[in-house]
Amino acid sequence: MSDSGAGRGAPAALARVLGFDQPELSCEECFDQLDRYVELYLAGGEPDREVPGMRTHLDGCPACAEDFHSLRDLVAADREAEA
Amino acid sequence: MTPPTETTARLSPAADSLRWLQRLGEVGANRDTAIAELHALLLKAARFEVDRRRAYLPHLRSGDHEDLAQQSADDALVAVLAKLDQFRGESRFTTWAYKFALLEAAVKVRRRAWQGREVPLEQEAWATLSAATAWAGRSAEDAELFTILREEIENGLGPRQREVLVAVALNDVPIDVLAERLGSTRGALYKNLHDARRKLRTALRERGIDLQGEEER
Repeated sequence: MSDSGAGRGAPAALARVLGFDQPELSCEECFDQLDRYVELYLAGGEPDREVPGMRTHLDGCPACAEDFHSLRDLVAADREAEA
Repeated sequence: MTPPTETTARLSPAADSLRWLQRLGEVGANRDTAIAELHALLLKAARFEVDRRRAYLPHLRSGDHEDLAQQSADDALVAVLAKLDQFRGESRFTTWAYKFALLEAAVKVRRRAWQGREVPLEQEAWATLSAATAWAGRSAEDAELFTILREEIENGLGPRQREVLVAVALNDVPIDVLAERLGSTRGALYKNLHDARRKLRTALRERGIDLQGEEER
């Protein structure tokens, strides 16, 4: 999740090896919460407060981060078409 | 002027979700129609995912992309129908359903992209690790960090932890691809990766590496 991975100081390559020393969701929990997280994100809410541990997981798991980006972009495109 | 009917008026997200659930819970032609509409929705999501990852599949013919999308939508439909009772209404039903199609398509694309490719050998990872640790031009400290990290990866991790860390974090092997090769799951391998990372962070701290300082450099 490149947009949220930035700003934590560690370069991306080293962060990929060491991860982050913070609580995070599992892949199953991430998938379970992904739709809610994306809608909170697109609504300009506080997804990281509402779904603690999601951002750290997305920063550490490239596959789940890709799922997040795809769902975010697909739903955003739908919303644009509806507007 | 004819007032809008339920089907033509724009429903609120919650009402639209409820309508999906009601129609999918019926029997007969109404349910068949709802399932066909759901499949079309999932196919749209699967095509979206396959299209955005088309660059990973340069060797496929154009019809193969559509086949991948169709297979993904079919598999996602089975998953969605089996998990309808798990929809909690915390998002729109369509957003909830989309994620199943996107997941199916993403996994299929990653596996197809790596079909016939060897997972990179462990030795190939050390150049990546060296680059990862040499990012601030502090050559002496970078070299020490690289040496300690390599030692801990080689000696401090269990075999499965090392295998997953090297493949996923250093060689950029998609975790779904590795899971298929190892007969495991994304979740199980991510747990291995998570445990390996935690072990490495602990070991580095015990050897005097200031991780907070490393992260803030």
